[in-house]
Amino acid sequence: MTLLLDLALVAWLLALALHIARVRDDRNAIVAFIGFGLLLGLGWTRLASLDVALTEAAIGGGVTGVLLLRAEAHLRPGKASGASVSHGGKTLAAIACAMVAAGLALAVLAFPSPAPTLAPAAATALPSTGLGNPVTAVLLAYRALDTLLEKVVLILALIGVWSLAPDHLWGGAPSLRPDVVPEPLAYLAQTLPPFGVLIAVYMFWVGADAPGGTFQGGTVLAAMWLLVMLARLRPAPETRRRSVRLVLIGGPTLFLAIGFLGFAMAGGFLAYPESIAKPLIVGIEAALTLSIAATLGLLVAGPAQTAPGR
Amino acid sequence: MTAAWLGPATLFGLCGAALVGIGLFVVITHPGLLRRIVGFNLLGAGIFLVFGAVARRGAGAGFEGDPVPQAMVITGIVVAFSATALAVALLQRLFDLTGRETLEAQPEHLPRSEP
Amino acid sequence: MTPLAAAPAHVATPGGFLLVLAVMLPVVAVLAMLALGPRQTARIALTTLATGLGVAIAIVVELLRTGAALTYVVGGWQPPLGLALRADGLSVAMLAMTALVVAAIGFFAHAQHGLEPTTRHGRAPTTFWILLMAVWSALNAIFVGEDLFNLYVALELLTFAAVPLVCLDGRAETVAAALRYLMFALLGSLLYLLGTALLYGSFGTLDIGLLSEASAEGPGFSVALALMIAGLLAKAALFPLHLWLPPAHAGAPAAASAVLSALVIKAPFFLILRLILDVAPPQAAAYAGQVLAILGAASILFCSVMALKQARLKLMIAYSTVAQIGYLFIVFPLAAGSETLPPWGTIAWTGGALQLVSHALAKAAMFLAAGVIAEAFGHDRISDLGGFGRALPISAAAFGLAGLSLMGIPPSGGFVAKCLLLTAAVIGGHPWLAATILAGGLLAGGYVFRVVDRALATPAIPLAPRKPIPRRLELAALVLALAAVLLGLVPLQPFGFLQLGRPDSLTVIAP
Repeated sequence: MTLLLDLALVAWLLALALHIARVRDDRNAIVAFIGFGLLLGLGWTRLASLDVALTEAAIGGGVTGVLLLRAEAHLRPGKASGASVSHGGKTLAAIACAMVAAGLALAVLAFPSPAPTLAPAAATALPSTGLGNPVTAVLLAYRALDTLLEKVVLILALIGVWSLAPDHLWGGAPSLRPDVVPEPLAYLAQTLPPFGVLIAVYMFWVGADAPGGTFQGGTVLAAMWLLVMLARLRPAPETRRRSVRLVLIGGPTLFLAIGFLGFAMAGGFLAYPESIAKPLIVGIEAALTLSIAATLGLLVAGPAQTAPGR
Repeated sequence: MTAAWLGPATLFGLCGAALVGIGLFVVITHPGLLRRIVGFNLLGAGIFLVFGAVARRGAGAGFEGDPVPQAMVITGIVVAFSATALAVALLQRLFDLTGRETLEAQPEHLPRSEP
Repeated sequence: MTPLAAAPAHVATPGGFLLVLAVMLPVVAVLAMLALGPRQTARIALTTLATGLGVAIAIVVELLRTGAALTYVVGGWQPPLGLALRADGLSVAMLAMTALVVAAIGFFAHAQHGLEPTTRHGRAPTTFWILLMAVWSALNAIFVGEDLFNLYVALELLTFAAVPLVCLDGRAETVAAALRYLMFALLGSLLYLLGTALLYGSFGTLDIGLLSEASAEGPGFSVALALMIAGLLAKAALFPLHLWLPPAHAGAPAAASAVLSALVIKAPFFLILRLILDVAPPQAAAYAGQVLAILGAASILFCSVMALKQARLKLMIAYSTVAQIGYLFIVFPLAAGSETLPPWGTIAWTGGALQLVSHALAKAAMFLAAGVIAEAFGHDRISDLGGFGRALPISAAAFGLAGLSLMGIPPSGGFVAKCLLLTAAVIGGHPWLAATILAGGLLAGGYVFRVVDRALATPAIPLAPRKPIPRRLELAALVLALAAVLLGLVPLQPFGFLQLGRPDSLTVIAP
């Protein structure tokens, strides 16, 4: 009975969310959130969206989880009970939030039937991109401008994070060192990365025609890199290094360059000539995968914590 | 029609609505900033599920879902992660500078002019 | 609520590619700055400022030449599957104003960074240039975007560029202000995103043009619009969601404050305007307009009084921003239009657009002048600034001229704007809005004169700058303030410009 399974999954998700809202301890809440992210990935498979399921599990559960856990460990010494919202205020907020949820539920139930969809339009246009995965076609062709701007958003977030370093450390290396590297972590960091890289390459490669692609592959690569840095096998690089910056901007720059070439080759910005659309898109994706991996890894690593060397 | 009624699209859409409510509540009422950041992620997850319901309902032309909202969710997840990373970095910096992890300073707090 | 029929597509116009350049040039600059490193950053920025200004001028010329909106279909993929960019008269006015203000702020920042040769290639100046370029790209994307999800990505880009600007100097107060700003902005974006999910679920498109033809109705639609507008209000800092703004705008370095207060804050307003004018059905638009006008009036009154009470110059200017933003929101019921007259034919529409542009110019001028003052005297306590006009005559003049526009005293852009709004309020039978406009003007007079009075004071010991201030540092503020004043001298006929590219645009209506 898939219905029962779905109901159980939804109930579990909501229970975890409520737990996150109510539990006192931040660490406990974050661990629950990581579980929530993985379960949500499962939920996305039930919505028949493997692309999103992979992204959600990798980014939503995985990398966000590492980021939050590290933050919690950093902030732990200063646990002060903040000014709590008054009981009356909480009740009021609960009522308001319940109303928003109810209004939203009504809106969801009132969606028109048959549902409006762009699936046929996406399918009709798919051959001219040479791709087999419609989600990749949306991300890199039909709505490529969204994706391009979103890459700039990622870079900007990193610039923002880096700008939070003190002046004398700016340009130096972030530090991911835990005080002690647990044995299993060191072991994982030595054995897992080759497989991770293989999986990432596979995800990126099949992404053109099957679920998977640049985001998912990039996230797995980032996770492997983080593992290596966390286990202190390799230090985090200095943020001012030219090579680091070139990897960061490589993907977006190639994307933008091919976008501009479209003016000359295909009659417009971000248009691809039909005959070589697929190789162009796969090339952009390859560069983006590396850039995403570098950006995500460095976003988790945070601002510089050691001064740049001479 | 009961099958459509209780299909995964509607079910997860309603789950999304509830998650939005819970996430919003955490964001508005929780005193700890780290938890609020988690709350933003719950809120985002709920919104993405609503998109997911929309996508699933739009199945057609041989696809099991409308790829356009699915792609939007992928973009959205990446943006949400960037937001989380920036918020966490700001929070850690605030903590390093003040030892606080809440925003108790009154909004009227005067910025100093001299460094 | 039927799925859309094959709707007339956007047709790309010959000059449409200019819109792509307006959005992408600053992005190219961001990438180049990262690739080439801190030493080249300022040079790349100045080159981009000049080029971007050229693109903006080309767009204005193209609009005037063709008398129609510029349109571009990205990648040749027609909406609803693809994305379109479109710039009508109002969008082009925004693009041009943004280019002018960004260029002036860039000029100021370059002069200011030059004062400290040792840190010129350091963290804060380098980061500032990258963020300035990103803000510019995001603003242009918002002014020309036609797709609500594309606009979401642009809004997020704006947030991520604006938040680090607040805490560039790294002090604890500004980090707290930046974090509070980020919280409000994220909540705002997520509510907006939720609205787009509902709209897509109901109509299968997020293209504004297609949505406006979809004769949209229904509960999903109202919930979606309410969520999106509420989210944007948090970003626009309209009363009572304004608490994050004063510490954020006042704590940032002067050039950053000018970007935030003059430009960034206009983007969410612009989107609310598009939603109400182009997407919402008339009934809902009228209702939302009433609510927004009440909040706008409250903003004007409450935050003008707060501005009057501030001891610090920059906080005063920041509170004044919330008050002046309020004027933009009282435009909605005044420009409601009628059967025969579309909203963009009303005098309130022209007044609102003028207020938007003149506030941007005047507010940027004020923050830059305040920056010079803080640079010269090491503080911005209004009571201790007696006689600063003698030491910094150009900055004092810039502040005073910008003040004319905020108060609505002729000749200035702000005067024409407020005069048009006042006339619209009286003619349209909105006495309480008319009273608010007048009261806001008086209060603005109060807080501007407080500073002008200090400028003209003659203390026993003349105020001396702690370091020499080069003229070129003061010039940017003066140019912006003069532009705000000159806006009031432009004959109103050209404001037919603002109706260009609007559907069934009438012949120019100028009061």
